[in-house]
Amino acid sequence: MARITQGAFSLLPDLSDEQIKKQVEYCIKNGFAVSIEWTDDPHPRNCYWEMWGLPLFEIPDAATIMYEIAEARKAHPGVYIKINAFNNARGVESTALSFIIQRPAYEPGFYLVRQEASGRHIVYTIQSYAVQSAGEGSRY
Amino acid sequence: MSDASERTRIKSERYESGVIPYKKMGYWDADYTIKESDVLCLFRLTPQPGVDPIEAAAAVAGESSTATWTVVWTDLLTACDVYRAKAYYVEEVPNKEDEFFAFIAYECDLFEEGSIANLTASIIGNVFGFKAVKALRLEDMRLPYAYLKTFLGPAAGVIVERERLDVFGRPLMGATVKPKLGLSGKNYGRVVYEGLKGGLDFLKDDENINSQPFMRWRERFLYVMEGVNKAAARTGSVKGSYLNVTAATMEEMYARAEFAKQIGSVIIMIDLVIGYTAIQSICIWGRSNDMIVHLHRAGHSTYTRQKTHGINFRVICKWMRMSGVDHIHAGTVVGKLEGDPNTVKGFYDTLLLPILKENRTIGLFFDMDWASLRKCLPVASGGIHCGQMHQLTYLLGEDVVLQFGGGTIGHPDGIQSGATANRVALESMVLAKNEGKDYLKNGPDILKTAAKDCRPLQVALDLWKAITFDYASTDTLDFESTPTKSSN
Repeated sequence: MARITQGAFSLLPDLSDEQIKKQVEYCIKNGFAVSIEWTDDPHPRNCYWEMWGLPLFEIPDAATIMYEIAEARKAHPGVYIKINAFNNARGVESTALSFIIQRPAYEPGFYLVRQEASGRHIVYTIQSYAVQSAGEGSRY
Repeated sequence: MSDASERTRIKSERYESGVIPYKKMGYWDADYTIKESDVLCLFRLTPQPGVDPIEAAAAVAGESSTATWTVVWTDLLTACDVYRAKAYYVEEVPNKEDEFFAFIAYECDLFEEGSIANLTASIIGNVFGFKAVKALRLEDMRLPYAYLKTFLGPAAGVIVERERLDVFGRPLMGATVKPKLGLSGKNYGRVVYEGLKGGLDFLKDDENINSQPFMRWRERFLYVMEGVNKAAARTGSVKGSYLNVTAATMEEMYARAEFAKQIGSVIIMIDLVIGYTAIQSICIWGRSNDMIVHLHRAGHSTYTRQKTHGINFRVICKWMRMSGVDHIHAGTVVGKLEGDPNTVKGFYDTLLLPILKENRTIGLFFDMDWASLRKCLPVASGGIHCGQMHQLTYLLGEDVVLQFGGGTIGHPDGIQSGATANRVALESMVLAKNEGKDYLKNGPDILKTAAKDCRPLQVALDLWKAITFDYASTDTLDFESTPTKSSN
């Protein structure tokens, strides 16, 4: 069991809906578009999680976003879901905040494959217990 | 009968052989109209007793551009009016009788494109030992848009680095391996593994860890990468450790950087003491090899700290963003090393903003558009700990690497606990800030609440609660909040 520590708040206890809503309100206040993404392959270098629709641009109130979060959770229970905030200001044009809002009850984590290469050089590969044991959709 | 050389002597007052004041040689022009393409410099002058500050300013302009101590006729073979730097404004430094600010404009063609070495050979090459001034300090520079476009700047910088690491919306976190010297490669890698596993994004070599008898560089690199990869698997997140490739020769630095790349490091490190040309070279190597370059400002205090002589660190920040380093140490305010809050804010703004506005209360003397050069990530390192997290968040903002060396490794329950304490303190503070709480005022309570779910944090808070480094800064600002005349 290994808690995946991607995202801004992953060492804190899982955020409550009330806490998530406050972060969403912070994003709206700053003009960020919020997007919801899910995956059952949270490899540290898997940078393209599945999108829950398009990022929610120009949404004036947090309730709409909280509704989509609830829908995403219903459709994808027990896998990883995160929300990202996009800042399109010149000089940023990238993600401004990203944190996990749902994770599986049991996280088997990753293991390190060491391939002995020439001399003392080791080629490292990070493998996921969940991904290698089951196909997409039935991993957690 | 006189010979030809006597007959052809120059008759003009300006070019007759001999010594005339610099201000009469064309290096002072109070009516000068600044061109958008000019390089502007602000010097703090302390003239020798009896020396007119305007003459001293003109002398600095002269010696940092075309002049020598006496008149030379060969000036007349050039468009010398263009190449002469012009001191155009001198003002008294507030509350200092013998110090003056001198503004000098330089024609852009005086400087080779894309070369910090050439720029600095002119601007700081000769004048700092000049007898007519008792002391001299380069306080700020305005690099024109056209000249900045001849530099590539950071290849990654803040935005790309965050995308590579997948960390958004909080400062990055690091720690320097301690003790700085003496660990074997295997023990060194242990510190890296424990710190990263506990929640840090980076560990870091210190400035003087290169390749010594107790640990040769390849040994360190290999064990560090074991620690990095093991921690990445353990936490499911991207991890790194700055591998210091500083060495005696450029050839050796390239060899070490190449090895760092082969074994999969995301970041390398260099020391400021390697020199401007070496820094620019390794940044170009980093650009071609997808490698983030961390700069440790080793040695800078020898010339940045004293207020009357040397170079202000904000100028070094500008040169380094132009050179293309992705990270640079820029002060902590609350830690063990020099830096008052407004001065440090000036450094951070210099590194991070797309456009600078004149603001003397934070030490910025010029408007300057960075010409889309990427943002250089400031690093706060030296004597900081988790009990200061509210102050660090307030003073340094989100785009910073917070580095807790002693504050991680010195934790009573071990390195992993130290790292976790810092990360939990940080996350709780960012959460509170985003929620709109008065986190600066309520920081200690926020930390105390977070510590209820995190014993390592409670232990750290108990241990370091009273540690502060409350000394007056040597390098302070001259302007409080009184607006003063603009430079032009």
